Amino acid sequence: MDFTLNDDQKMLVDTVTNFTKRESPVERVRKIRESNVGWDKNMWRKMGELGWLGVCFPEEVGGTGGNFIEAALVLERLGTTLVPEPYGPSVAVAGLTLSNYGTAEQKEKYLPPMIEGKTSLALAYLEKNSRYDVTHVETRAEKSGGDYKITGKKAWVLNGQAADQILVSARTSGGPRDRDGVSVFVVERGAPGLKVKTVECMDSHKAALIELEGVTVGKGALVGQEGGAREILERAQDYGAAAACAEGSGINQATLAMTRDYLCEREQFSVKIGTFQALQHRLVDMFVEVELCKGTSILAMISADNPDPVERKRSISTAKKQLSKGGFLVTRQGIQLHGGIGVTDEHNVGLYFKRMQILNGLYGDEEHHVDRFMNLPSFVQNV
Amino acid sequence: MDLSFTPEQLKFRDDVRQWIQSAMPPAIKEKAALDRSFDHDEQMEWHKILYKKGWVAPHWPKEVGGPGLDVTERFILSEELELASAPTLSPFGLGMVGPLIIQFGSKAQKERFLPKILSGEEVWCQGYSEPNAGSDLASLKLRAEPDGKGNYVMNGQKTWTTYAQYADWIFVLARTDASGKKQNGISFFLVDMKTPGVVAKPFLTTGNTLAFCETWFENAVVPGENIVGELNMGWTYAKALLGHERTLVAAVGRSTRQLLRIKRIAKDTIIDGKPAIEHQGYRARIARLEMDLEALRMSSYRTVAGAQLGKAPGPESSILKLRGTEIQQAAFELLMDLMGQDALSWFNPEGTIPPREESVASEHNYIRAATIYAGSNEIQKNIIAKMILGLPGT
Repeated sequence: MDFTLNDDQKMLVDTVTNFTKRESPVERVRKIRESNVGWDKNMWRKMGELGWLGVCFPEEVGGTGGNFIEAALVLERLGTTLVPEPYGPSVAVAGLTLSNYGTAEQKEKYLPPMIEGKTSLALAYLEKNSRYDVTHVETRAEKSGGDYKITGKKAWVLNGQAADQILVSARTSGGPRDRDGVSVFVVERGAPGLKVKTVECMDSHKAALIELEGVTVGKGALVGQEGGAREILERAQDYGAAAACAEGSGINQATLAMTRDYLCEREQFSVKIGTFQALQHRLVDMFVEVELCKGTSILAMISADNPDPVERKRSISTAKKQLSKGGFLVTRQGIQLHGGIGVTDEHNVGLYFKRMQILNGLYGDEEHHVDRFMNLPSFVQNV
Repeated sequence: MDLSFTPEQLKFRDDVRQWIQSAMPPAIKEKAALDRSFDHDEQMEWHKILYKKGWVAPHWPKEVGGPGLDVTERFILSEELELASAPTLSPFGLGMVGPLIIQFGSKAQKERFLPKILSGEEVWCQGYSEPNAGSDLASLKLRAEPDGKGNYVMNGQKTWTTYAQYADWIFVLARTDASGKKQNGISFFLVDMKTPGVVAKPFLTTGNTLAFCETWFENAVVPGENIVGELNMGWTYAKALLGHERTLVAAVGRSTRQLLRIKRIAKDTIIDGKPAIEHQGYRARIARLEMDLEALRMSSYRTVAGAQLGKAPGPESSILKLRGTEIQQAAFELLMDLMGQDALSWFNPEGTIPPREESVASEHNYIRAATIYAGSNEIQKNIIAKMILGLPGT
């Protein structure tokens, strides 16, 4: 057991930390939320040049040969200043999906430009009726000669408003809720029949509602086995959950620090309010959750690459549930301890609160993960 | 970033597990299989078995009888003992006065006391708290006055002296100087329970056990050589030993065993025609407790891994007692709910309570103490607020 970082990881963390302070302090969120895309292509390119977008990909596609752990270390730092670039959706979710299941041609074509920061990716796997069930897919992909014709609607596509390629889940066989019969396809931005509508999330990130009206793709667009996307999408969702845990851990730490500073500065009744025991104990409650989330974020980052579904699901669900419970306490009480200013848009604590709420809703909320955990075979093993 | 144990550590765990199963006497094994709590005699029987194996004091240095296990091995050993529901040994000799004598005691004290703590031949209890000195321990008043002949005469009262009725010796924080700052006038004494004037009386806890005593000292004469270290340095020594074996206070192994007990009881308890574990409400509640325990386990792993590398305890170790004791309580609360009307009594009228459930009510009531002893959780929060979060004092 060893949770220390190696030298490369330490350097990566230090570089990202300095970057967040210099180039992307939290104030940047306020400026960029006015934009259509919600993030800055120049910033993304810079991240590419720094090698951050390739940390979890092999050298053959321009990566640095690490794995999800490196991506999580980056995400945690990015979370501390709410950096808006789509690292999670593009690198950790869509990117790793392509890296694990794509054909050699797909990997060669789509990963290097993304890793350089010239393009970005997205995964469109949820629909209006799916909740978090990755194989609840009503979008259909009909075979038409050697091609597939995709028709349907995908919802809440993170980075869908900007992505150059979107991985889309569509059903090639079976009924809407069958576990088998779902496939994943690479769809290019601007494909005829693809309609992308930008929506704003409550944390000012942008996402997309996507409509596919007979979007035609060739066989070369199929990712992994036809009809066998259940495993691909379950893993993708778990990568997303682990990414959220990492980012959330960064949010927790930043929220705790700013709240602590406020308690040490703010005076009422002629004393610093940080001397009040009730507020001290509340901050300690936040601290406990921050530390617990740090631990479960480690669990998630180590487990995310695990192809064994039972072990991976057990660990990821543990971590995501802790993120919900802990992250909510930290950000909600973060507002509480700031008093009235905590409920203004002007104060930064509300930005962290909103982002945490979004992270809770992504890749399975607390109820979903408790349910998944308790229905794994491991739950009643050895009883 | 590695969560795994080495092959050597995995082998050690296997060896420990096998040894425990083979070394447990049948009567103790039977009780352990049913998660029952043990009495003092059973605890001492197990103490002696561990002593023969060399594992009774895993954290003691080799020079004084420790087995020379590293941090992770000690963690594995204690976890396996908890998972097997083996009798818990009293912490006062092995875990408190022993290490204190090792660190601050004289050669003569080490030779006189350590071997018998190790073997279990002498049993110890702790004389710290007083009726008016609990969280504010430094305000203790039990006096030790020099008699001019090299002895000290002790007068006063200690409380919460766990198992004093079985103890041969008691270690006492006593006031030897009432003039200056209260922390600076306390000395650390080793007192024979047979000393004339020392009287211990057990009283009933809310768990219906005689776990605690009040202990009175009335003109009890204690030899001067029974002071450990220097006069008026007792508080410093006691503080130095706080935070000892931090990972153990999280009781992760014990709570893991409790979860197994919870699931077994939930499987056997039928509600509306199906096992409790098939009811969504109970199943989710059990799952949440298990997930919270897994989160705590990661924090205890972080502490163990850091200690293995020789690092000072990080901030994550300060949450272990806080969360660990809350989880212990939550486990018993869930057990009581699962048991339904079986939880109403701690007597077993006509054998209506299944053997696995029999000690639950008593343990559930007693476990309210977990968030109070070893520094109440509120005091822990005060300490974290000031020492780790740097919040201002009043």
